[in-house]
Amino acid sequence: MDTLLQQLINGLTLGAVYALVALGYTMVYGIIGLINFAHGEVVMIGTMVAFTIIVSLAGSGMPPLLILSVGLLIAVVACMVLGWGLERVAYRPLRHAPRLTPLITAIGMSIVLQNVAMIIWGRNYITFPPMIEKQIYEVAGASFTNVQVAIVVLAALVMIGLTYLVQRTRMGMAMRATAQNQHVAQLMGVDIDRVIAMAFIIGSALGALAGCMVGSYYEIAHYQMGFMLGLKAFTAAVLGGIGNMAGAMAGGLLLGIIEALGAGYIGDLTGNFLGSHYQDIFAFMVLIVVLMFRPSGLFGERTGDRA
Amino acid sequence: MAEQQTLLAAHEVAKHFGGVKALHDVSLTIHRGEIYGLIGPNGAGKTTFFNCLTGLYRNEGGHFVFDGVKLEADAPHKAAEVGIARTFQNIRLFGNMTAIENVMVGRHLRTRAGVFGAISRNSATRAEEAAIARRADELLHYVGIQERSHDYARYLSYGDQRRLEIARALATEPKLLALDEPAAGMNGTETEALRVLVEGIRRDGVTVLLIEHDVKLVMGLCDRVAVLDYGEKICEDVPAIVQKDARVIEAYLGG
Repeated sequence: MDTLLQQLINGLTLGAVYALVALGYTMVYGIIGLINFAHGEVVMIGTMVAFTIIVSLAGSGMPPLLILSVGLLIAVVACMVLGWGLERVAYRPLRHAPRLTPLITAIGMSIVLQNVAMIIWGRNYITFPPMIEKQIYEVAGASFTNVQVAIVVLAALVMIGLTYLVQRTRMGMAMRATAQNQHVAQLMGVDIDRVIAMAFIIGSALGALAGCMVGSYYEIAHYQMGFMLGLKAFTAAVLGGIGNMAGAMAGGLLLGIIEALGAGYIGDLTGNFLGSHYQDIFAFMVLIVVLMFRPSGLFGERTGDRA
Repeated sequence: MAEQQTLLAAHEVAKHFGGVKALHDVSLTIHRGEIYGLIGPNGAGKTTFFNCLTGLYRNEGGHFVFDGVKLEADAPHKAAEVGIARTFQNIRLFGNMTAIENVMVGRHLRTRAGVFGAISRNSATRAEEAAIARRADELLHYVGIQERSHDYARYLSYGDQRRLEIARALATEPKLLALDEPAAGMNGTETEALRVLVEGIRRDGVTVLLIEHDVKLVMGLCDRVAVLDYGEKICEDVPAIVQKDARVIEAYLGG
């Protein structure tokens, strides 16, 4: 019982991060049908930028929470610019190219970003400085930290805000309209270049936030961290139904929980033949099962009906 | 009749698909405040003309002058910006959005609030969004489907979907409303209601360009009519004269 509750809590934390990253994949896919494989690297860059800012401010005597907030804010802004730049430089010129072309470009951008990060931040694991005094709470035999609470609460708030933005505002409506039919949206006066850029900018901002969360949670960062995180979040987006925002949120949470439960019980199930370091296999088992049996994902249809 | 001002002039517009000449140097002039009909047999190039006008296709020859300004139709949202709105032969609504949301998208162009407004929720943004919703509601009322306001567009009846498309187009505050076969698939009652609606739109100061197969509707509604056949304009005049034109009769009945 302890394991169950504990792993549910851990899964929720991880799932909140996956959900934020998955939203970046799904928003871009919903609007231009591109799987932006460089998104994981955007998340990584966000983590690294936050790391640099936090480390350089650490000795300045500013309150830790303020340092963390400044680091987060600068990382978010940096990733917004990066996401915008990626779209402008790498994807927009290929808007009318065959679908495979931007996909390969995305993989290329992913490699470029990884290598740039390696040059700037080195090949070694970086210790993400813990800025918040860690407190551990115990409930019914399971423990969790204030960092975990902050991650889940912040992710929830951001997702509520995003839902509001997309469902209720003028820009959100333009995004949904563009997802459903680009030509018609244009004829109604929507500048789809702006809408597409906005999808990248918002997705990248969410990614930067998620990156900072991962960094604070594991207290570690690495120039290759975006690859696995991106792949997991992509799995979450597919699980929820890629292109569907509610699906990305649900898929992220579900995947986090599946993974945590898998990691928690794999030892028991295999007589300790396999340990919790095999937790990654669960995400990819989920991906395979979804693609085999329900390729459209849990939420069925895409947000937009592509003509 | 009042003084006739030109709203739209097409000058020798040409468009071909491979070897097929869809439009062959089509010139026509639409006056401000009139209802102008564009008719012709299937495949005559009517919709192609619409697509060139609204920037969905790039015409190879000729150009459009709209409201005194030459159109640089390189992006459809610019056509909307100068004041051309359209509906589609095969209805193209945003099916997964409600009726009122569809119309609100049409207001996008005439409102300003950017992302930062949307995020910060300042009072100007809130007031603007309230105004958008109010105007969208008025437009739904105007076309007579106000009670369907919060239904998803894909669940509306066929006739209501056509009305919604018109409301959405009107939301962009067009000077020229281009309707692509609005009566297609409508029964007699619905067509009559459409006729009343289009006349009302004209009365409210919007010029109407109408592509239509229903010859009776066109002849009863339009001030002037142009006939296309195999991508060429074969006639342009008031309905009474067009109806008697030998080439038009030949085009429709076959020669």
